[in-house]
Amino acid sequence: MSKLLEVSNLRVQFGGVVAIDDVSFSLAAGEILGFIGPNGAGKTTMMRAVTGVVTPTTGSIRLKGEELIGHTIHQRVRRGLGFSQQLVKPFRNMTVLENVALAAGAHHTASPVSALFRIRREDQKDRAKDLLEQVGISDAAEADPSNLPLGYLKRLEVARALALDPELLILDEPLAGLNHAEAHTLADMVLDLNKAGQSIILIEHNLGEVMRICSRLVVQDNGHKIADGDPETVMSDAKVRTAYLGEVVDDAAA
Amino acid sequence: MLGLSGYEISLITSMGIAVIFALSLNLITGFCGQISLGHAAFYGIGAYSSAMLTKAGMPLAMGMIGAVVLAGAIGIVVGFASLRVRHDFLAITTMGVGFLFLGVMRQWDFVGGEMGVSGIPGSGLGKPGFMILVLGLVVVTVLFSLHLKRSWMGFSFDAIADDEDTARVIGLDVSRYKLAAFAMGTALAGLAGALYAHNVRFIDPESFGFVESITVLAMVVIGGIGSVFGVIFAAAVLSVLPLWIQFIDEYKLLLYGGLLFAMMRFSPGGLAGIAQKLSSRKAVKVPGGGSA
Ligand SMILES: Nc1ncnc2c1ncn2[C@@H]1O[C@H](COP(=O)(O)OP(=O)(O)OP(=O)(O)O)[C@@H](O)[C@H]1O
Ligand SMILES: [Mg+2]
Repeated sequence: MSKLLEVSNLRVQFGGVVAIDDVSFSLAAGEILGFIGPNGAGKTTMMRAVTGVVTPTTGSIRLKGEELIGHTIHQRVRRGLGFSQQLVKPFRNMTVLENVALAAGAHHTASPVSALFRIRREDQKDRAKDLLEQVGISDAAEADPSNLPLGYLKRLEVARALALDPELLILDEPLAGLNHAEAHTLADMVLDLNKAGQSIILIEHNLGEVMRICSRLVVQDNGHKIADGDPETVMSDAKVRTAYLGEVVDDAAA
Repeated sequence: MLGLSGYEISLITSMGIAVIFALSLNLITGFCGQISLGHAAFYGIGAYSSAMLTKAGMPLAMGMIGAVVLAGAIGIVVGFASLRVRHDFLAITTMGVGFLFLGVMRQWDFVGGEMGVSGIPGSGLGKPGFMILVLGLVVVTVLFSLHLKRSWMGFSFDAIADDEDTARVIGLDVSRYKLAAFAMGTALAGLAGALYAHNVRFIDPESFGFVESITVLAMVVIGGIGSVFGVIFAAAVLSVLPLWIQFIDEYKLLLYGGLLFAMMRFSPGGLAGIAQKLSSRKAVKVPGGGSA
């Protein structure tokens, strides 16, 4: 069976803190996986290890069978990763549209020399417009990202990751900062992408949307993987319920 | 000739050389966001290279090409070293390069040590001819800068200047882009240095010291980091001020340091930023217009 992403026995340590302890999971091509767990579980750290932002102490991360560890961030991105980060990081010296257009021009920017000889940005801007439309923030295309609310910046992150045409799209809490209706719409968009063949890992605290759109869940708690399987089974698991108890009650109360 | 006095010709020539030098640092600091406090070293490498090559009998063109190649090559080496340090240390590293250059030049008898190099051949074009050569190179440099800014390289530099970690996450090879900026910026500084050497025909290590590095940085910052026309304007004005007003020359470091600080504090966009704000008062939704 061909796996798109295969993480094996990964361990990440920050000084004395073990953020990820011997975790393995995988993703088949075309799958949409919900990667969930309480605050501080190590979800973001896992995805940062996959993209190369943090370096694991041991373990292996394979994309289409090729080891990613040892490769730099940009090399991994060019091998097919698209990462929408939890902490939004728009380029503040360009418009929202330009943020996305730059990512959409990845083949122009592969080498500085070829980038120097290319000027036209129209096609990438058109693609960026479509993507902003798709995530529902086309009204902010010409805006300065510094002046936008979190809900917009989150969707800018998603659009910028999509602009890379990734084989694997990793979304770290894309729904945070969105109201109920906006979250629902964006989750629908994510589901449509997956139906069109996009492989996706979705980290989300909005469990309602996660349950609605994900075909499989991996649950991590305190650096350990505590469950992996179809959503119903996973959510009825006793360990998962214990880990989540506080948060599930909170969600219901909110 | 051309209705200009000899004094005016030499003024315009000095201005032109300063513009090329400032635009060379603008590629590194303005476009790519990498500060340099030692840029005068590459100006010096260019000046010494061309001086020595032409004194050894090479034609002017060879001297200039040698200056560009050597300054650019050493620029790449320094660029490699600077890839390993973060922003705040880059200032110190590049300052160190500047002092290292001075130290080597002072001790190296082959290039005249403290005494410097005199009797550097002129251009052979006459003063007006040399001025036209300099102005021609200014035009080429300006066109190149404008082209770069509009290209995908300039677009990528914008991202790297703002946030290099995020630039990596959208697939940019940040190190290679920075090296490209260093290579181009230092090579161009080498060209400016060569022109300087053949213009004044005497150079010594003091001509390329810390004050020169701060002066050129002040030109870039005061003009408006990354703005080609702002930098041209600031370079033109700041290069002739000390010639017009004698006492400024003695207080250069104080004046430029003060201007640098004031710009950083009150108008980080430099003169170009001020001009843009004034012209866009009425316009709504100017990208990057901030909260003005
Ligand atoms: N750069 C870092 N340095 C030190 N500790 C870190 C670093 N990044 C994360 N941690 C620690 O690693 C653990 C896991 O953090 P991580 O951000 O991966 O959790 P998370 O599951 O994404 O949480 P959340 O749902 O709140 O986003 C936490 O204890 C956190 O404090
Ligand atoms: Mg997180």
